[in-house]
Amino acid sequence: MTFEPKIVGFLCNWCSYAGADLAGVSRITYPTNIRIIRLMCSGRVDPVLVLETLAHGADGVIVMGCHPGDCHYIEGNLQAERKMKMLKKLIAQTGLEPERLRLEWVSASEGGRFAEIVRDFTNQIMDLGPSPLAGEKPDPEILEGILVAQAAAGDFRLRVLVGREKGIVEDGNVYEERLSQERFDETMDEAITAEYMRNRIYFMVRREPLSVKELSKLLDLDPQAVLRHIVVMRRRGMVAVDRIEGTTPLYGALEVGR
Amino acid sequence: MESVEEEIPRIGVFVCHCGINIGGVVDVPGVVEYAKSLPNVVYAEDNLYTCSSDGISRIKESIAKYNLTRVIVASCTPRTHEPLFRAACEEAGLNRYLFEMANIRDQCSWPHMHEPEKATEKAKDLVKMAVAKASLLKPLDEPEIDVAASTLVIGGGISGMTAALCLANQGFKVYIVEKEPELGGTVKKLNKLYPTLVNANEGLSKIVEAVKAHRNIEVLTSSVAKQVMGFIGNFEAVVQIGNGQNENLAVGTIIVATGANVFQPVGMYGFGEYHNVVTQLQLETLIKDSKLEKTERVVMIQCVGSREEEGRTYCSRVCCMTALKNAILIKESHPETDVCILYRDLQTYGGHYEDYRRMAQDMGVKFIKYILEKPPTVAPLQDRSLCVSVYHALLGEQIDLKTDLLVLSTPLIQHEDAKDLSRMLKVPLGPDGFFFEAHVKLRPVDFATDGIYVCGTAHSPKDTAESISQAFGVASRAAIPMATKRLRTEAITAIVNEKLCSGCGTCVKICPYSAIVKNEKGVAKVTDVLCKGCGTCGASCPEKAIIMRHFADEQIIAQALAAIGRELA
Repeated sequence: MTFEPKIVGFLCNWCSYAGADLAGVSRITYPTNIRIIRLMCSGRVDPVLVLETLAHGADGVIVMGCHPGDCHYIEGNLQAERKMKMLKKLIAQTGLEPERLRLEWVSASEGGRFAEIVRDFTNQIMDLGPSPLAGEKPDPEILEGILVAQAAAGDFRLRVLVGREKGIVEDGNVYEERLSQERFDETMDEAITAEYMRNRIYFMVRREPLSVKELSKLLDLDPQAVLRHIVVMRRRGMVAVDRIEGTTPLYGALEVGR
Repeated sequence: MESVEEEIPRIGVFVCHCGINIGGVVDVPGVVEYAKSLPNVVYAEDNLYTCSSDGISRIKESIAKYNLTRVIVASCTPRTHEPLFRAACEEAGLNRYLFEMANIRDQCSWPHMHEPEKATEKAKDLVKMAVAKASLLKPLDEPEIDVAASTLVIGGGISGMTAALCLANQGFKVYIVEKEPELGGTVKKLNKLYPTLVNANEGLSKIVEAVKAHRNIEVLTSSVAKQVMGFIGNFEAVVQIGNGQNENLAVGTIIVATGANVFQPVGMYGFGEYHNVVTQLQLETLIKDSKLEKTERVVMIQCVGSREEEGRTYCSRVCCMTALKNAILIKESHPETDVCILYRDLQTYGGHYEDYRRMAQDMGVKFIKYILEKPPTVAPLQDRSLCVSVYHALLGEQIDLKTDLLVLSTPLIQHEDAKDLSRMLKVPLGPDGFFFEAHVKLRPVDFATDGIYVCGTAHSPKDTAESISQAFGVASRAAIPMATKRLRTEAITAIVNEKLCSGCGTCVKICPYSAIVKNEKGVAKVTDVLCKGCGTCGASCPEKAIIMRHFADEQIIAQALAAIGRELA
């Protein structure tokens, strides 16, 4: 049996969904695989929702919004762009191919463009093959990676950074201090790596309490770095000392505060 | 309606053949049978045209007969037909938001017309997704609000006054707030208006008198708006009036008609350095006050400080005609005066204006084209006249023009204090600094924020006639909510779970409509009437404390999982 990819499209009501309708009205054909979910704005697409869709085995997710400058809600599409930029980097940490997620701009008059993009994306997913999370036996490591990413994408830090990117880079703070896009991107990259790692640690100690040394070995990460994460996680109420064996504290996960 | 949320949903599915548009490709009876197998679906049928009066009756009858609490129509597209089907539900006593549509024509049978089997599979999935969402739908209200029948017009120039008169004549109360001691704005400084050369002040004074005499208009001069709170129908403005005291105004709508400034080309072409280099507006005043000394030669330079590579990239629209007008006026009073216009492109759009250019040419006004790469230069001469050296783009050579007066056509620019007003009203300025409308073509005088409108040169450079037309347009737009007196507002809005909100303010920053503020408890609060339902706040909330009505996380996830065959039982 040939591989029929399962592709979920999140489309904004005003431009992309209308573009998809126009493709139909114009009888422009494209592969049948895409299943479209209509949202009012591409800015509504929460990274957590995309990760949940991927975790359940979608072979591809495509988000479509209005072209920059055309957004019905002024700049919801730019918010979508910032979210997807972060999300792609986050997915890259998990072992799942980041190419399974795509963001495109399609206007209400671009039926042809819509069909072209769907065709291209479907072909790309065909080339990638089935998602390692599809079917009865999803790859356990990648699945955990996606669930960890989902937790990280749901946490305060990444969300606040994405939400505030425009403010930080373009508007500046009350003293009109701005961060350059480069500097912001560096900060963001650091935050993505750190938050992914912290949630990975959280998932591990949730299974069984572990010491810094054990975590360091399992994660192949410098013990000092692990300790720094643990300090932050303790402050946030993610972990606490479960017990002390000899002189070594073992850390366990807290449900409270999550 | 309350009970609907608790009971198990009873879903009815209506699958449309749309003649042969759907039925010719998709196995519609097959989709109906499939729909019947889905959870919570208690009834399903197919219709030749669900949107026909017969089809609509079937929906209404079935709601009553099968006690349906959710309705799904699988047919064309919600973009055209959702309102019709929602209305049918409402007429049958079902909340209009308990309706969901599956797009099996525009996004299925049409683009997949050559693959009927796969199209049928997709149609089934689309129905399944709609069922998954419909099961989680909640009834919503469209709250009604009162609209105060009064307008605050900020700016007492020709645009503001025209809009004010137009509204006042329709019976609405209008307040005009003008920062200068007198009404009149830029037109007051003008001499004559092109292309008819009507005296600017004659027309203006009639309008000023009418405004002052109107019993529905209250004029506040030497006054500025200090604070504006509220939303359409219910704005509260604090205006600092002449004597320094504050006056509170309650208005239903607000019109921004603050006009523009003329760019002062300091340091360009000897402006500010030589006494005989003036702006077009200064020349206008000289002509008006009959103070233009007898000059043998006048040179005008167009596009001074406009249509630049960076910065003021825009065309100021009025300069070509203004230069022609003043050239004609000089030629009329002193035919022997040599008038030369150095231009990059003459933009005399439309019928009357092109005639005007021909008239100037016939009167002997000279035109020389220069290019941006080699702009004219100015040097003083012994006799206090000037030498303008210009690369003649058509001759391809450098020529020198001796002149007694150099006139610079500079663009209209935004006021310095527009930024404050933009922040106060929470309406945007465009990259050129002018107020930015909701849609450049379809909503040219509205702001994205309901109840606030813009007209005149505050919006973009334009001449008096265009400003007046736009003022009429603005008055008509502002009159709509005030005439209807009550407004039905958006039902699909965001709600904040106060228990989860940490008061970080990210949503406040993100919302393009300023619909979210921090309340007295320091947590986010959505002003329903301002919310447009885009959902960006919800997708961005660091605490995931915002729920988007009708597009809630669990509703979207239910659809997504149904789409990939992983629906939750």
